[in-house]
Amino acid sequence: MRKKVKLLPLILLAFAIVAAAGVVLLRGTNVAVLNPKGTIAQDQMDLIVFTSVLSLLIVVPVFALTIYISLKYRAGNKKAKYNPEWDHSRTAEAIWWIVPLALITVLAVATWVSTHKLDPYKPIASDKKPITVQVIALQWKWLFIYPEQNIATVNYVQFPEDTPVNFEITADAPMNSFWIPQLGGQVYAMAGMQTKLHLQASHIGEYRGTSANISGEGFAGMVFTAKATSESDFNTWVANSQKSDKKLTAAEYDALARPSEKNPPATYALSDKKIYDTTVMKYMTPGMTPESDAGHAAPGEHESTAQPTEAAPPTAPQGQDSPHDHNTHSHGEAH
Amino acid sequence: MFASILAHIDPLNPFHHGFIIGFGQITMVGALLAIVAALTLFKKWKWLWRNWLTTLDPKKIGIMYLIVAAVMLLRGLADAGMMRLQQALSAGDPSFLTSDHFQQVFTAHGTIMIFFAAMGAIFALFNLLIPLQIGARDVAFPFLNAASFWLFAAGAGLINLSLLVGGEFAATGWLAYPPLSGIAYSPGVGVDYWIWSLQIAGAGSLLSGINFLVTIFKMRAPGMTFMKMPLFVWSSLGSLALIVFAFPILTATLGMLALDRSMGMHFFTSDFGGNPMMYINLIWAWGHPEVYILILPAFGIFSEVVATFSGKRLFGYKSMVWAIVAITVLSFLVWLHHFFTMGAGANVNAFFGIMTMIIAVPTGVKVFNWLFTMYRGRIRFTTPMLWFLGFVLTFTIGGVAGVLMSVPAIDFQVHNSLFLVAHFHTMIVGGVVFGAFAGFTYWFPKFTGWKLNETLGKWAFWCWLLGFLGAFVPLYILGLMGATRRLDHYDPSLGWQGLFIVAGLGLALIFAGVGFQILQLIVSYFQRKTNRATGDIWDGRTLEWSTSSPPAEYNFAHMPNASERDAFWEVKQGNIPATTETAYKPIRVPKNTPLAMFVAGAACTIGFAVIWKLWWLAILGLLGLITLLIIRFSDDDTERTISAAEVKKIEQARQQKQEEEHSWATS
Repeated sequence: MRKKVKLLPLILLAFAIVAAAGVVLLRGTNVAVLNPKGTIAQDQMDLIVFTSVLSLLIVVPVFALTIYISLKYRAGNKKAKYNPEWDHSRTAEAIWWIVPLALITVLAVATWVSTHKLDPYKPIASDKKPITVQVIALQWKWLFIYPEQNIATVNYVQFPEDTPVNFEITADAPMNSFWIPQLGGQVYAMAGMQTKLHLQASHIGEYRGTSANISGEGFAGMVFTAKATSESDFNTWVANSQKSDKKLTAAEYDALARPSEKNPPATYALSDKKIYDTTVMKYMTPGMTPESDAGHAAPGEHESTAQPTEAAPPTAPQGQDSPHDHNTHSHGEAH
Repeated sequence: MFASILAHIDPLNPFHHGFIIGFGQITMVGALLAIVAALTLFKKWKWLWRNWLTTLDPKKIGIMYLIVAAVMLLRGLADAGMMRLQQALSAGDPSFLTSDHFQQVFTAHGTIMIFFAAMGAIFALFNLLIPLQIGARDVAFPFLNAASFWLFAAGAGLINLSLLVGGEFAATGWLAYPPLSGIAYSPGVGVDYWIWSLQIAGAGSLLSGINFLVTIFKMRAPGMTFMKMPLFVWSSLGSLALIVFAFPILTATLGMLALDRSMGMHFFTSDFGGNPMMYINLIWAWGHPEVYILILPAFGIFSEVVATFSGKRLFGYKSMVWAIVAITVLSFLVWLHHFFTMGAGANVNAFFGIMTMIIAVPTGVKVFNWLFTMYRGRIRFTTPMLWFLGFVLTFTIGGVAGVLMSVPAIDFQVHNSLFLVAHFHTMIVGGVVFGAFAGFTYWFPKFTGWKLNETLGKWAFWCWLLGFLGAFVPLYILGLMGATRRLDHYDPSLGWQGLFIVAGLGLALIFAGVGFQILQLIVSYFQRKTNRATGDIWDGRTLEWSTSSPPAEYNFAHMPNASERDAFWEVKQGNIPATTETAYKPIRVPKNTPLAMFVAGAACTIGFAVIWKLWWLAILGLLGLITLLIIRFSDDDTERTISAAEVKKIEQARQQKQEEEHSWATS
């Protein structure tokens, strides 16, 4: 027991040092995942808190038992009971099979519900018209195309607050992952196919976006700013951008798609509306132009490998995106 | 033909790939030269050849596995040091290493730690312990076992050769997802070295898995039914079953990637109907079971350690066995949780999420059973026991992080972030590495006849534990801040640098722990006369402690009686006889042969030839390999006999030695 008394101030001191270090280190930082500014990120954080609390129901007893048993049954304590042949107890074992199973059942239900509710492919219900943004991961920058507004941006994306944003994501590069932590979770960006992510900012502000998957040398620099503004600011910005001197043509896209790092944010007027479709489709039938491809069914070998030819028109109206046909969608797009 | 290789070697200027690589090359060549010089100076070549290189004794093969694993652990730690230094310095532009070099370093770190450090340690334990714990004299197929080791060593050699010949490692991350690992984005030889090293080592793992599975099924001592096997054997059985089912997937996947790269095929390309997502599925269909291949044997080690040092039977043996079986089966049903973010539907994601969290139940049961093994025991806080307590702390933290990430909607927010990196290091360092250290300290005297210094062992433990917390707790926080893994630089305004520095200091403390471990080996070696432990020093429970330490080549002179669980403990209690045999009989043991090493040499040649597209050399290697196998398989004279008189002499000498030690200890 004498040993324990000596240890206690040491442990308290260690805690104090760690706490002080924590305060110093975390000052002025943004713990993005726990500081949500979007509806999806908010729900995801609530889920983190719920699951953590549920886990504590097991963790606390484990730590308490470990400390208690280690101290009480140390070899030096001859007063404690010693029962070397006692090797099972049905009741005890039933408790630690059943209690964790019950907790996991609760979590499983929460998982089933939340996975459907927060499915990144599920459109966010809102009375406002959603903004569609097509995202192309390039080496090593992000290209954003607004097919309805006829503009495009690099390493910068803007949208109004409280308005659903439908991201349609592909890559013309190795696989990336599209992630804006303060607005919600990530989805992979892959060449030759399209993934989807639905987000909605609940506050005006600038949020850091990033690629979460290694895609070659310049990957660490694939950072962009996502800016949520008021609706009128957004409309003004769109109107100004449409008048931009820079035009995103097919040739300009090809230049942009070449490997480069640290591209500053840029805004373009969109003069070729097919860029996104062409980019997705060119991996399907290499060497074929999209025009010649459009009139024909995909070659038989492509059908059999379940390639996402049916997912090609990314401008499909949202009405088709009901949760019911979502599975076939995701199957085709991200088999 | 060699021009393409020679173009990559510049003997006059080892630094033409940059200072750090040049330094690595010089260290490697220097170490090899030093070993050669030492062997020549001390006239040890014959000893090396006879006792080690040509041996088929699993105990010696186990030690060789351990040596390769330890060297690879040091290499992996050096990589970790470079990564921590890079991230501590690179607020702003990449400092210290270029982006490309940094990416090679973390790829090397992951590949080498998993395939060569962790797998090496696990196979070392299989070799050292499975035959002894089941009361067998050898493994089922001794030559195959030696060949497996040499294939593993050849893979380790080949992947390190990439530093000398070619000067580049893959820069793709340790699982080399296409299309990044495809020929279009990774035209160099780095990915080819990666593929062929893993193919060769993977073949060794698969063969070894089959071998030990058969050993456990067919060679248990009389009376040892499945439900009487020591827990380490049970957990190894789970691990081996996973190896046999999972490694063929890895071999096929890497084979297809190799065909894509060198033959222009399109299994995993983005175009011409290839599908990179199929690679990601397949690699994790191997990769997730791989995690359990590593952790299950560690669970087994802790089961032995806790029971022995609590002086008590393992609590809930049957629960423990069923927990192992449940984890083994479930580990094949969760691979998709490595890519919830790839766009599968909610039903699919939810299914795999729920399967994943269910694994927490049998794992939790194991923790409670260990704690209740200690309950009403007499706990001796030796170093192995400290490693166990450290494991309970870290593994529980890591488990909570794991349960969090098993919920798909949460995973979207932490996937590929440093939170994930912290999680799997908590499991692998806190579980596999701490387990391996516990086992190493516990069984070290079994194979050397002397104990490791406890004081230095405890210093090493505390450095590792505190260093581990210092290195990985900051990564959990950084992950939640949105820091993704594999960043060679980041914006200084994010305020991440302080946490990265703390993580680096944590690693420095781990390095101190490694220093204490090396010191512990040296000091213990010089104290080996006073720390003698030729018998049952821990008051052990299972059969391996019933023989001398180190055991004779044939392990057991008499077939032990294993009619009860914890057979040796029951013998010591006087409940069962040690054996039913009385007279010494001649024992057949395998003869030494260098062919196993040559087979691996041929495989290594094939791998090297394919990497550099030297097809004539590949054909030569293949012919050599086939010839060597024909020579071995047509040789009927592969065993020799140790006569009954010799066995008697060895056993009597051993008894005399133990009595001397006993009287020396009591006087």
